[in-house]
Amino acid sequence: MIRIITFLSTFLVFAFGSAYADPKKVGFIYIGPPGDHGWTYMHDVGRKYMESQLGDSITTTYLENIPENADAVRAIRKLADSGHDLIFTTSFNYMDQTHEVAKDFPDIKFEHATGYIQAENVATYSARFYEGRMIEGHIAGHMTETNTIGYIASFPIPEVVRGINAFYLAASKVNPDIKMKIIWVFTWYDPGKEADAANTLINQGADIIVQHTDTYAPCQAAQKAGVYAFGQASNQEEFCPDAHLTSIEDIWGPYYAERAKAVVDGTWSSGDTWDGMDKGMVVMSPYNTKLMPASLIQEAVNMEVGIKDGTIHPFTGPIYNQAGELVVPEGEVAPDGMLLGMNFYVQGIDGEVPQ
Amino acid sequence: MNLDLILGILQIVLIATTPLVFAGIGELVTEKSGVLNLGVEGMMLVGAVSAFIILVITGSYFIAFFVSILSGIIMSGLFAFLVLFLMSNQIATGLALTIFGIGLSSMLGKQYIGTPIDGLSPWFFVIFSFLIVFLVSYFFYKTKAGLILRAVGESHNSAHALGYSVIKIRFLSILFGGSMCALAGSYISICYAPMWQEGMTAGRGWIALALVVFATWKPERVLIGAYIFGGVTILQMNLQALGLRFPGQFFSMAPYVATIIVLVLISSNKLRIKLSAPASLTIPFYKGR
Repeated sequence: MIRIITFLSTFLVFAFGSAYADPKKVGFIYIGPPGDHGWTYMHDVGRKYMESQLGDSITTTYLENIPENADAVRAIRKLADSGHDLIFTTSFNYMDQTHEVAKDFPDIKFEHATGYIQAENVATYSARFYEGRMIEGHIAGHMTETNTIGYIASFPIPEVVRGINAFYLAASKVNPDIKMKIIWVFTWYDPGKEADAANTLINQGADIIVQHTDTYAPCQAAQKAGVYAFGQASNQEEFCPDAHLTSIEDIWGPYYAERAKAVVDGTWSSGDTWDGMDKGMVVMSPYNTKLMPASLIQEAVNMEVGIKDGTIHPFTGPIYNQAGELVVPEGEVAPDGMLLGMNFYVQGIDGEVPQ
Repeated sequence: MNLDLILGILQIVLIATTPLVFAGIGELVTEKSGVLNLGVEGMMLVGAVSAFIILVITGSYFIAFFVSILSGIIMSGLFAFLVLFLMSNQIATGLALTIFGIGLSSMLGKQYIGTPIDGLSPWFFVIFSFLIVFLVSYFFYKTKAGLILRAVGESHNSAHALGYSVIKIRFLSILFGGSMCALAGSYISICYAPMWQEGMTAGRGWIALALVVFATWKPERVLIGAYIFGGVTILQMNLQALGLRFPGQFFSMAPYVATIIVLVLISSNKLRIKLSAPASLTIPFYKGR
């Protein structure tokens, strides 16, 4: 008898109690460790911000170091199986895996970072990092003495190519002689290889290092060699104070809090969010006053204002591709569709995007 | 191309290749004694994190490297105990050691991520890596002890019958391998990319394992193989930076493809197998049989 009562009470608690008391479970899939001080670190900062904003109404979990292969399916499924209500998959190449799992769990909401395919229960979100790349390009155009920029690129996906183009368009505007040297390292995360690439670029005459990989190894290499560098994803000034000009910071917190709130309130709907500086999703780290002239810092700040109010767009025509064809006519700006699928270099950049 | 550029490239190649040489030569000695230790990546990571932590705490490079090598000895000692005395399967135990090392290093290093340190100049270790290869080569082919070690790897029963302690020799070989892997790891976190990041060896342990096969278990060839790999990696970066069209992806997989080709070549001929791979590799030794 006692056993039956226990069973019944347990059953009742689970069946009805949970509907009211249970906080919503929010899960994250990270490509690297939260301590990379780059991409994953900033997602984790966003996760913590979300926790602080929503308090007891949510609990969060994360799985770190998940490779962008079939393992990701397993990891995402693990979160889905363990009762998560909202799952953020925070890397571009989790796209197919996210959709594969999402099909099997129509009641769970998924959010895929930097992706471009949505579904009923899969939303996508990204930040307009290229706005920050434009400011970096402008600064680099003024600061370089060898007119050679070294750019460490990770994988040939539109986000990275877009950054290279935005950077080059701004840099070549202030300094038409500028030359870009680009190394594709085919990894997001390998401090040794990132340092090798930075040293190779410096050895070939680059005096400013730009990176689209996740650790501060390139900035450190720049510091050692006495050249300048831009950090990535978070403020990396403390690791390379004599090289670091600024970084593009990814601020995910407010978005995460908003989306989790929507799940708690039951108002979540799929969609595509692509916010930039105007919404505070992309922020520039404090400009290095020791290294940059005050006038240049002022120009950069003015640019930020212009980007925020929409008077400046990094992809304003005329823009030509490498073959010399006009892709964005004078007076127009590149449509989001073109930016999202960007897989070509603009005129003036040597080499080809690896296929 | 001017001389400065070439010298610069050479420097980067030397710095990038050194950890592969250390880990490769360590694993080679272990395998020559007839034990396959797949825990290279794990031991490298534990070596890297322990050196980093000790450097942050004590500020002494010497103590940092010392403790790091000690950590490699402890890790490989654990492996040696399991495979030599408890006769556990070498492949499974080695894989477990790597997984254990990845987890342990992440846990130990958690609060040290992003701690800035002053990196150490790599040149001492670069020179030392060449030296150690020649010392190992000398040991194998010019000393009696080296001959005994190789005999243990070829036929442990014969070596045992001649009165040599198979277990003791294998134990020491495994410890040497572990300390070299830890040294490779500490070189990465202190000289090569002075920082601690989880999983920062980024697969170099597996490349070192591949190099041993590629080198057909010969010390000098480990050195050559490592430099071919390091050189090609840096060279393709240079070609890319010069704006030449180059398939970077291809060079990321090149060492593994080369290893498979070598494996196919040596296994296509029984004589070649006899000449290269230690005959007792991965076979456990039961005393008294």
